[in-house]
Amino acid sequence: MSTLLRMFSTSALLIMGSLSSCTCSKMPGSLRIDGSSTVYVISEAIAEEYKNTKQKNVSIGISGTGGGFKKLCTDRVDIIGASRSISQSEKELCQNHKVDYIELPIAYDGIVVVVNKENHWIDEIAVSRLKQIFEPAAENKVLRWNEIDPAWPDRPFEIFAPGISSGTYDYFTKAIVGKEHSSRGDMTTSEDDNVLVHGISSTLDSLGFFSFAYYWENQDKLKALGIIDDTRNEKRPVAVMPSRESIHTQEYSPLSRLIFLYTKKDLSAEASDFVRFYLKNSSKLVADVGFIPLSHHVQQRALAMITSK
Amino acid sequence: MGEPTEPSKAISLQKIYEKMLELLLKICGSIAVVATLGVLYVLASKTLAFFNQVPLAAFFLDTRWTPLFESKRFGIWALVSGSLLITTIAMLTAAPLGILSSIYLSEFAKPTMRKILKPVLEILAGIPTVVYGYFALTIITPGLMRIIPHLKGFNAISPGLVMGFMLVPTISSLCEDALFKTPKELKEAAYSLGARKLSTIFMVILPYARSTMIAALFLAFARAMGETMIVSIAAGLKPNFTIDAREPVQTMTSYIVQVSMGDTPQQSIEYLTIFAVGSMLFILTFTFNATSRIILNGRSRVHR
Repeated sequence: MSTLLRMFSTSALLIMGSLSSCTCSKMPGSLRIDGSSTVYVISEAIAEEYKNTKQKNVSIGISGTGGGFKKLCTDRVDIIGASRSISQSEKELCQNHKVDYIELPIAYDGIVVVVNKENHWIDEIAVSRLKQIFEPAAENKVLRWNEIDPAWPDRPFEIFAPGISSGTYDYFTKAIVGKEHSSRGDMTTSEDDNVLVHGISSTLDSLGFFSFAYYWENQDKLKALGIIDDTRNEKRPVAVMPSRESIHTQEYSPLSRLIFLYTKKDLSAEASDFVRFYLKNSSKLVADVGFIPLSHHVQQRALAMITSK
Repeated sequence: MGEPTEPSKAISLQKIYEKMLELLLKICGSIAVVATLGVLYVLASKTLAFFNQVPLAAFFLDTRWTPLFESKRFGIWALVSGSLLITTIAMLTAAPLGILSSIYLSEFAKPTMRKILKPVLEILAGIPTVVYGYFALTIITPGLMRIIPHLKGFNAISPGLVMGFMLVPTISSLCEDALFKTPKELKEAAYSLGARKLSTIFMVILPYARSTMIAALFLAFARAMGETMIVSIAAGLKPNFTIDAREPVQTMTSYIVQVSMGDTPQQSIEYLTIFAVGSMLFILTFTFNATSRIILNGRSRVHR
């Protein structure tokens, strides 16, 4: 009998335990960032520095920029990284849930179009050609290199692209295809940029794109292409290689962009302390992980936004 | 005297105790049924919601699967072919290895060898599948690329092979138990008729253990169909209607993982696809299990 009682009481305890653990998803005192996988690289470096100086842990999730905005606007997280600015529909979502937010630029980034290291037939590519490869009409039609350029090999190629909820995908489709979220579907997509790096570096006939930082980290395994912006009505557009300088000056067009931190307006003291730390240290750390720091006055302006409240 | 009443009290307490225990066990037993029914209900209701928006023909009569993109296509065969391709490779690896090693373990291995080999083999079943996945991606794939021309960085062969190794203990330990339990009289009868060891194994022991061995193969097949981590990591994430195992493929399970890890809004068509895919997976494994049951029952009736 007593064993039976004990069994009942333990199971009751177990159930209570599991119930109470469910309620603490938004624990006070826990710092959490979510959102873009591009910004993740910076956040990770900052979090490490923050831990070293202030002995506080920050947990960082990846759910893509779109996923991050959804969480921020439904009040499930206070700080997110974003590799594009907030869209109209996301603004409305925030309004509907009465969430006020602040946009803080943290660095410049470029989207790099990459091919396998052994690829010797392409060095540069025009925006109009990229459109030809990535637009929805190319699906199951443009499958071999020589269908893009007759001089290229007669072999099928694989495409590796960031996942559809990433800001990089949104930005790339808008800049290249002309319409956000519009592309062919017969390609390998992943929110994890390391999957893309692995795919392109291990497949000779492949092509893909992702953030400059991931390229910068894996330069020895990949080859970046120069981009010829033939959409700007210049007589003779020249190819621009992605580099820190060309991205900073926006000469690397149309694939240079700003990346952001979005936070709720009413942050806890702890969270706003972390965001201030983030902005102050970002210029130092972003360069280490392959991004291009903001100019001093832009950074000061961002910092003013978070301290002035 | 109070003495006679004492044991009767104990008996009634004992009875209550037993009744309660029985009830508890009944609840435990029915949890599996309730859970299955619950899962079926959710699967079915969401799948119906999916087919309210997508016609059956678009699901079954197409070979392209791009529900996440602008031009949405819902041809499930692109994912089914990926699952079947990898499962086939895994079974072609696991079945001969598993069966042969079980024969060795039960009939040829010396007791000391058996004592070492069996636990070592079973360790294979205890390795987390993530580890298998990265093993396939970072070690097996680059190795295979040197042997097989035009092998892609993500392909069906490498995860299929690795999954095959993972399934060896599932098959071998079940088969070995069945072989080991073959009655001594049967073996001795064979030997007394002048049969050699090999012919005893193939004519007497294997037929005796056959139904358990087939059941083990089916169990391994179901595990291979449902395996998620290895294929998500090493097979690529591109729905591909092909039988070329050098190409990247996506399985039904890895599609479900891909969508449910991202942030797809609930009730959107992208979200509902994972239930349609889940139902398809369920129907496939269920029909397979059911047919195997029927075949097994039919056979055993004929033989006994």
